Amino acid sequence: MSAETTSPPAPHLAKRSARRRRAFQLGEFRGLTLWVGAVLVFLYFPICVLVIYSFNESRFAMNWTGFSTDWYGRALANRAARTAALNSVIVATCATAMATVIATAAALVLARRNQFRGKTAAIGLMSLPILVPEIVTAIATLIFFSTLGIRLGLGNLIIAHTVFSIPFAFMPIRARLQGMDMSLEAAARDLYATPWQSFRLVTLPLLAPGIMAGAMLAFVISLDDFIISLMVADAGSTTLPVYIFSMIRFGITPEINAISTMLFAASVSLVTVYWLLSRPRR
Amino acid sequence: MSAGLTETPAGRWLALGPALLVIGVFMLVPLGIMVTISFMEPNVYGGVHRQFSPSAYVQFLYQRDFDDNLVFNPGYLYILGRSLGLAGLATLICFVAGFPVAWYIVRRPPHQRNVLIFLVTIPFWTNLLIRAYAWIIILGRDGVIDTPLRWLGVMGPEASNGILYTNWAILIGLVYTYLPLMILPIYASLERLDFRLFEAASDLYSNKWASMRHVVIPLALPGIFAGVILVFVPALGDFISAQLLGGSRRLMLGNLVQLQFSTARNWPFGAAVAVILLLFVVASMAAYLRLNRKTGLELSK
Repeated sequence: MSAETTSPPAPHLAKRSARRRRAFQLGEFRGLTLWVGAVLVFLYFPICVLVIYSFNESRFAMNWTGFSTDWYGRALANRAARTAALNSVIVATCATAMATVIATAAALVLARRNQFRGKTAAIGLMSLPILVPEIVTAIATLIFFSTLGIRLGLGNLIIAHTVFSIPFAFMPIRARLQGMDMSLEAAARDLYATPWQSFRLVTLPLLAPGIMAGAMLAFVISLDDFIISLMVADAGSTTLPVYIFSMIRFGITPEINAISTMLFAASVSLVTVYWLLSRPRR
Repeated sequence: MSAGLTETPAGRWLALGPALLVIGVFMLVPLGIMVTISFMEPNVYGGVHRQFSPSAYVQFLYQRDFDDNLVFNPGYLYILGRSLGLAGLATLICFVAGFPVAWYIVRRPPHQRNVLIFLVTIPFWTNLLIRAYAWIIILGRDGVIDTPLRWLGVMGPEASNGILYTNWAILIGLVYTYLPLMILPIYASLERLDFRLFEAASDLYSNKWASMRHVVIPLALPGIFAGVILVFVPALGDFISAQLLGGSRRLMLGNLVQLQFSTARNWPFGAAVAVILLLFVVASMAAYLRLNRKTGLELSK
């Protein structure tokens, strides 16, 4: 990337970039930068406030008295919060594993430029969990489990989260497949690879970054899910967001900020990894 | 492409099977059961009587008075109206705030674009609950906004909660939650736009606002429609913003649904409200597909 910017541009590129610059100047609107800056401040201000106040010494979340990391210690020592966090991680891990395998298999069929009966319907069904409002999914799942008397504890949550995460795992995997050079698979077959060999030795390694990105996304979606967990989880299988919600109802304290900041840090790290994995290669 | 693992019909359905089975059994079937339950009578213990009755839908519009007559009750219609109004307003604000951002990002060099897009998406991947909670701290009494205003004397000490627990607070929460969903699809459609068209319009003495209106926006319509649907649909079914920022009395449809399955214990009514919510979602999707097809045809002419 840096080599690109330091080397002198070829003449035709220089001409093109001058032209592009002119187009850019034409598209200049006064105050645009200010507007964008304001939107970014709007997006980040609440997060900054949340993080800053997690270091507040006072036991009232809104009253700044001094810097302290005590609330982190307290949050980490909070047994209920730790159990909830562990539940969240267990549910997210299991749901991610299942959703990613299921989504990969589906993407291998749906991402190709083939037509078969029921393809549109299959794609529609795959995106159903994204289209239906979460609260509707939540109560439908609740009714389903309770009508059939399915009480598997964390298992109920894992099933619900798997369903919900499938489309999110599916999207990056499909995108990766669509951008892949299919002639490599054909080459493998020309060299007498069995279908299974060409899948394992050619397709799968090429697809791996997409699968990883899909898994990251599914994990974040499951980890952050609140509404479905709130409705479906029974008393023994509270997840971290549901626990935070129950804490907020008793008033806001820096301890909630500390727990929230840690959850935020976890999500951001995962999304950063996802971003690095799914970035197009230059 | 010839025979691969997923190319034969058998392999195809074997690979597709688990996804369709899982979503079918744990999503489609539950939705079907939900619709069925919405046509039943509630049982006092939180279950249902298994016989057909439209009473849940009647309850949405009417209530029974002392003489057991049906009287029109607009209470739930207000909640529907609030949901539609707030979701619509949030969508509009997201468009007005988000379009310039998408335009700005598209005109940066590629590496800056990626970073800016990443910055826009970060808050989106943050927990919904945490985001709403952050706004409680900001908007609430003695909060980051309230305290300086009070100190400056703009707001008297009697203003108890600032703007927390008002429709405005819900609106802020909705805009904050869904803004990235407006920016991303508009960005995607602007990225494919040929800037020479903008240039050509300027060469023909169009001023930049006119070029924007007559050249850029029409070409970006698919992205704008996608952004509108991506913001409007989840905003309509939102639960958290109203729950945390609207206080207990300003319900949206999502909260009404949730209440029926927690404290009110009226499953058929909750299911009926969910079905009504779902109908609005389907209607928005249908409108979106129709508009998209229409503009797609016009653009390809």
